[in-house]
Amino acid sequence: MTKTAFSSLSHPSRRGFLGMTLMTTAGLGLSTLPGPARAQASGQVIVGVSQEPTIFNPHLLHIEVDDGIHWAVFDPLLVVEPDGTLAPRLVTEVPTVENGGVSADGTEWKITLKEGVTWHDGTPFTAEDVKFTIELQQNPDFRAARRDGHELVEEITVISDTELSWKMTSAFAPYMAILASTFIVPKHAFDGVDPNEAPFNQAPIGTGPFVWDSRTPGDNIQLVAYPDYHGTRASIARVVIKYVPDLTVLYTQFKTGDIDVIALQGISADHYAEASALPGKTVLAVPAGSVETLAINTGNPVLSDQAVRQALYLGVDKDTIIEALYYGLPTPTESYMPQQSFYYNPDLPKHVYDPDAGKALLDAAGWLPGDDGIRVKDGKRLSFTCSTTSGNHVREQMQQFLQQGWKDMGIEMEIGNLPPAVMWGDHWMQSQYDMAVVGIIFLTGPDPDTLTFMHSQAINAQGGEGQNTFQIALPELDALLEKGATTVSPDARKPIYAQVQTIIRDQLPFLPLFQRNEVRGHQANLEGFTPNVNVRMNFWNMQDWRWV
Amino acid sequence: MIRFLLHRTLQGIVLILIVSMIGFAVINLAPGGPLSQYALTPGISQADLERIAHQMGLDRPLPIQYLDWLSKLIVGDWGSSYRDQSPVLSVIWRHMWATLLLMGCATVISVVLGTLIGVLGALRRYSLFDYVATVGAMIALSIPTFWFGLIAIFFFSLELGWLPAGNMYTVGDQSLGDYAIHLIMPSAVLALVNVAIWSRYMRASTLDVMDQDYVRTARAKGLPRWRIISAHIVRNALIPMITLAGLQLPTIIGGALVTETVFTWPGLGRLFIDSLGYNDYPVIMGLLMFSAILTVVGNFLADVGVALADPRIRLG
Repeated sequence: MTKTAFSSLSHPSRRGFLGMTLMTTAGLGLSTLPGPARAQASGQVIVGVSQEPTIFNPHLLHIEVDDGIHWAVFDPLLVVEPDGTLAPRLVTEVPTVENGGVSADGTEWKITLKEGVTWHDGTPFTAEDVKFTIELQQNPDFRAARRDGHELVEEITVISDTELSWKMTSAFAPYMAILASTFIVPKHAFDGVDPNEAPFNQAPIGTGPFVWDSRTPGDNIQLVAYPDYHGTRASIARVVIKYVPDLTVLYTQFKTGDIDVIALQGISADHYAEASALPGKTVLAVPAGSVETLAINTGNPVLSDQAVRQALYLGVDKDTIIEALYYGLPTPTESYMPQQSFYYNPDLPKHVYDPDAGKALLDAAGWLPGDDGIRVKDGKRLSFTCSTTSGNHVREQMQQFLQQGWKDMGIEMEIGNLPPAVMWGDHWMQSQYDMAVVGIIFLTGPDPDTLTFMHSQAINAQGGEGQNTFQIALPELDALLEKGATTVSPDARKPIYAQVQTIIRDQLPFLPLFQRNEVRGHQANLEGFTPNVNVRMNFWNMQDWRWV
Repeated sequence: MIRFLLHRTLQGIVLILIVSMIGFAVINLAPGGPLSQYALTPGISQADLERIAHQMGLDRPLPIQYLDWLSKLIVGDWGSSYRDQSPVLSVIWRHMWATLLLMGCATVISVVLGTLIGVLGALRRYSLFDYVATVGAMIALSIPTFWFGLIAIFFFSLELGWLPAGNMYTVGDQSLGDYAIHLIMPSAVLALVNVAIWSRYMRASTLDVMDQDYVRTARAKGLPRWRIISAHIVRNALIPMITLAGLQLPTIIGGALVTETVFTWPGLGRLFIDSLGYNDYPVIMGLLMFSAILTVVGNFLADVGVALADPRIRLG
């Protein structure tokens, strides 16, 4: 199935010719080649995904799996390494205050692009393409998925083919991280066409390590190595991204060797132990940026009481949930910030499972047991509904487990799960829920900014704009978040976000349960597969994958 | 005959219009929309989603959206998929041939085997063969296809390594033999249930025919047994099967769904489920129209087929 000779036979001429040229020039001692020269790409990798990639213009609204294709075909200006640091991709160096790339107040930017970069169709890549990409996000007729940060950019000036400067109407520290996930698209592919319906959207042209080859809808997408790539050239000649919608089938095909890499959704937790023992396969638990929480609507008259939220948290038997329901896979956490982040605060108070302490807390706060055993205060029963996506069996089991535990403390929780479209529609966005089991990725890439989740102006139910569905509103928190978003230096931002995490841990607008680990697997002789918690798809370094 | 054709065509158009109206209303009134799946995407705000909904025209009143869709449909524009922007007809077509291949093979297997088993079972009623066939059919009908498919994969792919665990072809091969070897398991699994159905219908239908006077007459005339079976019994017993086949035509959309899922076969059933999952309205409507048209056409073909096979029936 893998490493068939076919792929190198089907497109032999161009690559073969190039490889020969490279070898000849190297042999003559003319080794001043752009990018590291490497043996000719060969072999093929079949990557299994449980969602079908369909959106190939990286700036249209898309799902996680589409990111994978974008990473292979395009380059952003910068990339985020697994440790959260930024590295240059299309620029010569990451702009900082020190090297003059960003002004001290964060409003003036200047970048220098790498030379000798070409698009897959041979057209040279220039500063005009970068300008076009940013302006595309601002184009009112284009259905840009997100405009955060790009909206603030003005006066983009192309100084030369490789130099570019712009101003920002106000300092916005997360913009660096946004640039690290903004894939640059070619200006010439949009000449004279509606950007929403450009042919490019179905046959993308990038500067990335892989070239778009073909797509069989509902089945697979094929990419081939780009022989003229400006960075580390891919060692795998052909990558097949295979759509396998059912997770059981996906796992079976991984076992049989029909697919080489399980990328998205991965291996389910109940198969983790078995998968780890498979011969010839490498199976890893990879930390994901998503944190599983019990989100609380603090606008709810009962749950608005901080003592209630703290008592609820004391009544969560987290260890049992993780061990018994999640096969010990996730990592317990006290923060919404991934533990791999530079900004993670490790000094938050540790959660303990202590229902008696919870009861005492409720007694002290005036919540006393009523006739039916459920606590009451000022005529309000300590009762609420917990909802999540119906059909998620593990979460449903967790709800039942929590329900029992809390009931013994005199707290009544009802379960009211809803189909996804209802659950995450107004019910969630307009804070109509009481409590919700939800996995949230709070960060955008590596940036610690969480303003849209925690600022008082980000509450949709109160006329704001954002995702503060917890309805948490504290002036102190607002001030910290605003300060953090306009502070450029990472070292200066770190204490600010440590403080934000402390406040959130104390206020508990959501009960943090655990940080997710996803189980990924690949053939043991495939090397270079490097997890990166800062990106949604681990295709970010596919050019480094190689067969050994 | 022309009157019949006209009548049926008009009937069909009215039916399809009604289906389209109900379908359009139902998918739009169902909670959530094409953009709801993006609510939890990091960095996407509700304002972003509202802006995009406006750009896509999803915030217009429902009747206006329907009329817009219908007026385009009438001039042959089925719209484009929200998911990948491809024209709906080409999306359907690209998935259809995969389904046709699978269903075609499975249908051939099930019709041939089903007819054979059914006729033999009826001719040797209450024999050992008949009992085995009856019990076998019951078992085949009760086994969930999903489970059976996975068991087949377990034995033939994982344990024995004889057959591929799924997919329509090996990337990079795609020769005829490669397609054939990939077809074996899914079409056998899909055929299993259909053989059971066909054999049961065929058995009942054959028994029915065997008691007819003309069969006794034929026997009395001293015709050879094989002539009676082939010309009188089987031919007549097949007539209800034509109706059955006609009614089964629209099931090509959903009929192979489970098999397509287990064997990662990129067919229409999976397209339908995916489109529903992503609220891809243009494709859902396209499939609905397609299915309505197949129902109308299937019924019509069945009627014509029966009339051709049975001289007693005249259309009109």
